[in-house]
Formats: sequence, structure tokens, C-alpha cells
Amino acid sequence: MFEHYLNIFITTVFIENIALSVFLGMCTFIAISKKIDAAFGLGIAVIVVCLITVPLNNLIYNSILKEGALAWAGLPDANLEFVGLISYIGVIAAAVQILEMFLDRFVPALYNALGVFLPLITVNCAILGASLFMIEKDLRFGESVVYGLGAGVGWAMAIVVLAGIREKLKYSDIPEGLQGLGMTFLIVGLMSFGFMSFGGISL
Amino acid sequence: MTVKQYKQVLAKPLLEENPITLQILGICSALAVTSNLSVTLVMCVALTFVVSFSNLFISIIRNYIPSSVRIIVQMTIIASLVIVVDELLKAYDYETSKKLSVFVGLIITNCIVMGRAEAFAMKEKPYLSFLDGLGNGLGYSIILIAVAIVRELFGTGTLMGYEILPLVSNGGWYPANNLLLLPPSSFILIGLMIWGIRAYKTDQIEPNEYKLSGHASAPDLSKRELNV
Repeated sequence: MFEHYLNIFITTVFIENIALSVFLGMCTFIAISKKIDAAFGLGIAVIVVCLITVPLNNLIYNSILKEGALAWAGLPDANLEFVGLISYIGVIAAAVQILEMFLDRFVPALYNALGVFLPLITVNCAILGASLFMIEKDLRFGESVVYGLGAGVGWAMAIVVLAGIREKLKYSDIPEGLQGLGMTFLIVGLMSFGFMSFGGISL
Repeated sequence: MTVKQYKQVLAKPLLEENPITLQILGICSALAVTSNLSVTLVMCVALTFVVSFSNLFISIIRNYIPSSVRIIVQMTIIASLVIVVDELLKAYDYETSKKLSVFVGLIITNCIVMGRAEAFAMKEKPYLSFLDGLGNGLGYSIILIAVAIVRELFGTGTLMGYEILPLVSNGGWYPANNLLLLPPSSFILIGLMIWGIRAYKTDQIEPNEYKLSGHASAPDLSKRELNV
């Protein structure tokens, strides 16, 4: 049982890394990776939000939206899968909002550290992507908790590594026009090729 | 509003303020769906539809949205449009819809849609917002289609499934470049494309924070000789 969960975790962090293998959350990934501190804060925020929203969406899908899931309410024929997208994004927006209030009230240090990144996470496609992949893989509740954690950790790791490379890159002599955005794209491409080497591993 | 201004709103996002190469918006899908031109075209149409109509609808009700809940209102409009697109695709082109998998759903969080709604549709008139959405959708499409053409043509020797470069494996002369079929190659292609655009539009170049002393302020040898 434990092994099964460990497998899911390692697969999500390395083999199916949400940033470098399936390319989600790229806009924030590239825009907010200039400094390691900021990248680290954003990474932590993504881990927390993923860990909350993926299992929550799993519950909603399995007990309300899935075909025949409303049998307990006397509606065995109902299939609400078509409102899936709007409910997942609603859950994410609400969870981020609640998390923000909770942190502001009880853990102000973390709240200040995360700053503007918390509200931005609503529109980070890594979060919605993790939920959608969770539905596509048809995970059970326990698995979805591990999957959410793995997706967040993988994304956070990737952005911290990229920020480290970009901090060093500031001192290198890059041709004009390739400076900044262009060079970042090339670096992410190379990192992603590196991560493809995990692809052959089967657990 | 004159016709000229309308044209400008429509044409600016194509190259000068391209959402992908300058505004860093909507990159995720640009990478994952570009290995095949016909799939890419479907994705471009879907995104252009969503971004132009979400801009239109948000702009129509912009004066009635309280600013504290505006993100949720925008999200609801965008998500409803995406659901329409998703259901249409599933009904009429199931194969492509399977290939695009979660990426149609991810149009909701595609930052082009959200970004244009926030930056343009909340301030401008409906017709103009619609054009801005259309322009940004087309700007996104140009980059995606260019990347997809390179990847499909040189990766598999075909375009839209038709053979252009006969492959060695089929008795032709072109050895396929499998590297281009791997998703990371689109990063490299977009990176090089940005370089190309900035070589032409030099005002887009980002200045280097730390100038190397080597080139710019190297001691001028010719002057020193004169002093001696």
C-alpha cells in the first residue's frame, strides 16, 4: 500500500513533472523565476493549494458530478460531468480565497512571505491541470492526495532550479535580443530535455 | 473611433505586442499541442473564439461588475465559453478532442484570456474589446502555427497529414528529425523565434542588468598609443 503511494509520488515529481514534462503553469514559471526567494515562495504556495484543491475536486467529482454519482440523492441517471470545468475552477478560486483569509488571520508570517502570489495562483494552469489530470487518471481519494502533493512539489522544484540558473545567467554575455525571455525559453527547453531522461524509468 | 484605430487594435498584438513573445501569456498550450498542424489549428480556433467572445461579454457588463468579485465573474464567463467549445469538440471532432485532452479545459486558465479581460475588456467598449480579443487570438495563432509547421514538416515530413518531404523509411530522401517531435523542442523554437523578432523589432530587447565590462568600456588602445 505504502509502496503504491510512493510510486505515484515519485512518478508525479520526476517522470511526469507538471512543469517540465507536461508544461503547465508556464506563464508564472517564466515570469516569476528571476529570483530564488520569490520562486521559492511561489513554489510553497503552489504546493499548499495543490494539496488542498486536488483532493477536494476529487471528492466533488466522485460524489456529485460523475455519472450515476448522485444515486444517494435519488437521481441515479444524472450525469453532471459537463459542469466539471466550472466547478473545479470555482473550487480553486474559493480555496485560494479561504486560504488567504486563514493565513492572514493565523499565520501572518507565511501570509506576508507569499504576498501577491497567492491570488495569482487561481489563474495558474498547473493547479487546474493537476485537477484535470487527476480526473483523467481516475484516481481514488487517497491517491489524489498524494498526486496533489507530488504535482505541487514537482512544480516548486522546477521553478527553484530555473531561478537558480537565471540568477547565474545575469552575469553571462548573451547576444542582444536573446537576453531575458529568449534565453529563458532555451534554458527551459534544455532542462526539459534533461527531465525526459526520467521518461524511460518504470516503477 | 476611426477605422484606423480599429485596425490598430486588431493588428498590434500580431507582431508588436504578441501575447506569447512579448507579454509572456498563454505559453503552456503553445508547447504541448504543436506537434501536429491540424490539432494546432483546432486549438487556435478554440482559443480565438473564447478570447474574443469573453472580451465581448465582459466588456458589455463591465459597468455592472463590482470590482471585489470581478475575478470570479470573469472566470464564470470564460469557463462557460470553454464548456461550450469543449462540448462542441466532443460532439463533432471526437478524435481531436481526445488528442487535445486537458488542454481545451485549460483555456480557462490560459492567461491570454484572463489578461486581456483584465487589461482591456474592463475598460473599453464592447466592439473594440472584441477586436482586441480577435487580434490577440490571432497573434497567439501565428506563433503556434509557425511552431507547428516547423515541428510537423521537419519532424515527420508531412503537413496536415499530407506528405511533403518523402521520408527515407518510405523510400524517399528525407531523414526525419525525431528531436522536433519531442515537446521540449518547441521551447527552443519559440526561443529562437523571439530572438528573430527582437532582431527586427529592436525596441523589444530587454536591457542586461549587469553589463559586462569587457566590450563596452574596454580600454581604447589606439588612444593610449597617442599618449605615449
